[in-house]
Amino acid sequence: MELLTPGIGLIFWQILIFLTLFFVLKKFAWGGILKALSDRENEIDSALRMAEETRAEMAKLKSDNEKLLSEARLERDKIIKEAKESAVTLITSAQEKAVAEGNRIISDAREAIQNEKTAMVAMMKKDVATLSIEIAEKLLRKELLDKKAQQSLVSELISEAKLN
Amino acid sequence: MLKKLLFTFAFSFFVFVGLKAQEHTEAGHGEITPVHELEAEEHFDMGAMIMHHILDEHGWEFAHGVKLPLPIILYTSDRGLEMFSSSKLDYGNTYNGYQNHHEHIVRVNEAGVSDENVHPIDFSITKNVASLLISAILLILIFTAVNRGYKRNKGKAPKGLQSLLEPVITTIKDEVVKPNIGPKYEAYLPYMLTLFFFILVNNLMGLTPGAANLTGNIAVTLTLALFTFIIVHVKAKKAYWMHIVAPPGVPGWLKPLFWIIESIGVLMKPASLTIRLFANITGGHIIILSFIGIIFLFKSWGVGAGVWGIGAFMSLIEILVAFIQAYIFTLLSSMYIGTAIEEHHDHH
Repeated sequence: MELLTPGIGLIFWQILIFLTLFFVLKKFAWGGILKALSDRENEIDSALRMAEETRAEMAKLKSDNEKLLSEARLERDKIIKEAKESAVTLITSAQEKAVAEGNRIISDAREAIQNEKTAMVAMMKKDVATLSIEIAEKLLRKELLDKKAQQSLVSELISEAKLN
Repeated sequence: MLKKLLFTFAFSFFVFVGLKAQEHTEAGHGEITPVHELEAEEHFDMGAMIMHHILDEHGWEFAHGVKLPLPIILYTSDRGLEMFSSSKLDYGNTYNGYQNHHEHIVRVNEAGVSDENVHPIDFSITKNVASLLISAILLILIFTAVNRGYKRNKGKAPKGLQSLLEPVITTIKDEVVKPNIGPKYEAYLPYMLTLFFFILVNNLMGLTPGAANLTGNIAVTLTLALFTFIIVHVKAKKAYWMHIVAPPGVPGWLKPLFWIIESIGVLMKPASLTIRLFANITGGHIIILSFIGIIFLFKSWGVGAGVWGIGAFMSLIEILVAFIQAYIFTLLSSMYIGTAIEEHHDHH
């Protein structure tokens, strides 16, 4: 029965020592330990959260970058295309202009040649007339050097002339 | 600083007591009667041996004949407080009118007959109280060291004692106290951690040969259960009291019956805490001591070897039990507090 009857003395010391132990440990051990533990927990939590946020940010940056890159690529394609187009139009217009200029020059040249020709022909006509008159004069002089020739001509001319 | 102070105190205390004791044993050496020891050799009383190991004693007998005397402190209404070394009452000696009758200090008159009119209240530093003090000092040394570890290794991985005990502390915190007490668990953590480590250290110390059986003493477990009981009823919220006074869904004429049942329930909780720890630890000790006793009873090599194996196995089981019982006591204390401080709930 002794086993089951609590002793007053031991209860007294148990209360005294346990309470002392509790307050000493609370002040000099648990406070610090529990604070350190919860601090570390918070630290780990915030570190994990930060890692998560950084990862999200990185992903966002990456997608932004890709977007920027694809935009740049589009822009580049557009610029190249425009450049090509303008080059083509430039070349075409230059060709057209060149052709037109060539045609103009040719037609001018033709006109000038025509004018020259006309002038030349006119001049030649005049020269030919003068020359033929001179030749005729010279011929006539030579032909009509004797009286007989003169008379035959006159008679020929008279016979030709029809008096109607 | 604190550690040194406590250590010096504890050390000087035991040295002082030890020196005093030596003086007296030397002085009273001539009076020793060898009858006691002769008897012990002649027949082996296993029950007495077991009870002797389980119960408290004045003075600390590490092995047969090696006994550290401890102070006896008595309070009597006629003489007030008295203090003297337990060695003065060894071997049935009478000192100052006191005798030690099977670890009960009684007043005797000149004729050597105990005086039934005087009831000395025994506040002695018994083996259990000494063990209690040692465990308290040990716990303070351990956990101030752990605390220093947290200061020193701030922002670094735990080291040494700190890393050994951190998983235990976090288990009690996160697996026992937090889920059972609820959101306000932090206020109860120091108590729960003290409770757990106090029981654990004393359970383990109790398994050490020659040590006291502190957590297998009903006075200790009763006191611990009362601490939880007091916390439960000081911190209890309205919902807890209403559950006892006016159980929901019970017709009026049945209420008196429920008051009785609920009151028994209220008292059963500390009672079960008290008895569970006490019975588990004492039971374990009795089993181990019984196996050891069998060796002395049979005095045979074969039996000795066989029983040694079983005894060693039981000791290992008891180490497990030391942890389990500390855990269960803390777990149930948390649950009792948790249900008491819970705000109104609707699941009835």
